[in-house]
Amino acid sequence: MNIIVCIKQVPNTTDVRIDPVTNTLIRDGVESVINPFDAYAIEEAVRIRERCGGKVTAVTMGPPQAETALKEAIGLGCDEGVLVSDRKFAGSDTWATSYTLACAIQKLDAYDLVLCGKQASDGDTAQVGPGISTHLDIPQVTYVKKIVEINDKSARVERMTEEGYDVVEVPLPCLFTVVKEINTPRMPSLKGMMRAKSAKLVKWTAADLDADPAALGLDGSPTRVVKIFTPEPRKGGEMISGATGEVARELVELLKGEVV
Amino acid sequence: MDYLLTESQIMIRDLARKIAVEKIKPVAAQYDESEEFAWPVMKILAESDLFGIYLPEAYGGMGGGILEMCLVTEELSRACGGIALGYAGTGLGTLPILLHGSEEQKKKYLPDIASGKKLAAFCITEAEAGSDAGSIKTTARKEGDKYILNGTKQWITNAGEAEIYTVIALTDKAKGVRGASAFIVEKGTKGMEFGKKEKKMGIRASATREVIFTDCEVPAANLISREGMGFIVAMKTLDTSRPGVAAQAVGIAQGALDCALDYSRTRVQFGAPISSFQAVQHMLADMGTQIEAARALAYSVARMVDSGAKSVSKESAMAKLFASDVAMKVAVDAVQIMGGYGYMRDYPVEKFMRDAKITQIYEGTNQIQRNVIAANMIKEALKK
Repeated sequence: MNIIVCIKQVPNTTDVRIDPVTNTLIRDGVESVINPFDAYAIEEAVRIRERCGGKVTAVTMGPPQAETALKEAIGLGCDEGVLVSDRKFAGSDTWATSYTLACAIQKLDAYDLVLCGKQASDGDTAQVGPGISTHLDIPQVTYVKKIVEINDKSARVERMTEEGYDVVEVPLPCLFTVVKEINTPRMPSLKGMMRAKSAKLVKWTAADLDADPAALGLDGSPTRVVKIFTPEPRKGGEMISGATGEVARELVELLKGEVV
Repeated sequence: MDYLLTESQIMIRDLARKIAVEKIKPVAAQYDESEEFAWPVMKILAESDLFGIYLPEAYGGMGGGILEMCLVTEELSRACGGIALGYAGTGLGTLPILLHGSEEQKKKYLPDIASGKKLAAFCITEAEAGSDAGSIKTTARKEGDKYILNGTKQWITNAGEAEIYTVIALTDKAKGVRGASAFIVEKGTKGMEFGKKEKKMGIRASATREVIFTDCEVPAANLISREGMGFIVAMKTLDTSRPGVAAQAVGIAQGALDCALDYSRTRVQFGAPISSFQAVQHMLADMGTQIEAARALAYSVARMVDSGAKSVSKESAMAKLFASDVAMKVAVDAVQIMGGYGYMRDYPVEKFMRDAKITQIYEGTNQIQRNVIAANMIKEALKK
């Protein structure tokens, strides 16, 4: 089974700073790690390969230093890594990002399964996974918490919902986004890390992809972040005290004054 | 301090640190309380390839040496000295095979140890043979192509959990220590049993049991080296492993200092963090300096062992002696800095203090280390 895992390198903190001018994330000076949610996707991919055989390819779009995330992914058991990197991708929103990743996936060997974390810990949109499946025109199941059964033709999975879970049967190839309930990621192994150190990564620029240049980067991004701000904390309510009857009357008068 | 570690040594240290922080620290108090053996952690160490770092690649290892083993032991001990001992004790049990085993023995036993599939244990101590290791009474009588072992080994680390035991027994009682031999005994061999699990002051996540041999039949092929070489095998093993005890002690000390330093920065008394008081600062400074000196000595001796030095008895005794005394002192001071909180079992420093004590005792008490050091110094002086 050929499995593709889409990963993102994110700052190792939930306390990301935002550039007030461009309204994008400031990444300088912050340690970078694999998006924690993607670690579950990597682990699940490696487990499927251990059961069914095949290959796991980690794909990321990002700046050149995203290479370290791919090496880390190889240390965790992925076989290969593909870095899609170009200045032309700068400023991509989730639409342009998912389009770019879909173009990269189409350039790879035929695949059976694409796995993504449910969302990235920096942007928190949860849109790129579904976006990729849309661009690839394959079925998607989001918030997968368990892969009950998987073979060359189809998969049966449990999809987490607020009330419980859905059981979904889906033909392959397809895309899953996974939640942390799906597994406990293993620690890296030294042999994996040694392999990662010497691993040759595939590196593609915009020119290597069969992509519409107008659909890439900032130009290809319909989303505009107008303003990012922290909402004012709510002020405490007004307290009324006294005998029950008086308090009720006072409250009614106050509410009348507020024109409820 | 920069110890000029290689890229792969840094990788090994960082991986061990990650496992210690993420997988051992959160469960250290729980295992200390339950006294269970931390098999889930052993499995993680195995899957991360850490059991094989000091073993040759030909036997499934990573080709490193004692320094690599020390780096891992130190990092694990920084989270829990007891859990770390499951790892380090396996190293001790493996060294007789690595240092003196035949090619067949290495091929047969080392790959499973390197992969972490099997743990190992070293058996020399007996009820009446502690510091006086020469007075062991366990015997190995040759019968055809077998040796028949009889006797009881005491306080054996990893006993009951390990699969592979290296055992020192007398093949010729009349010759005393020159009549001792080393054997490999596999768990499950008929006539081999384990005593009850000991209840200890510290390192409670480590399993300590008696190993009892009653007409235990061991194939003659499991004799390590030759008959009569047992004591030499044991001494060489301990000389090689002592930097590991030093590393364990350094890790325990560092773990205790980490707690005390964090605490001192947040604990406010008389309107200021206690870290702003000179009395506390000087304690922290001494602790940090002593730990660094112990680490420097441990790493230097580990490097000396790895360089293939002929005799490391004196130096490895120095590393073990110094680092374990530092661990005890630093752990006591860490409890002192934290005051009443330090004494409570809700905080980890009292455990570091209990764990530290054993490093002054096992693999040769510090009094025996001093004997070894002085004897070597005098011997060297005589040669001049």
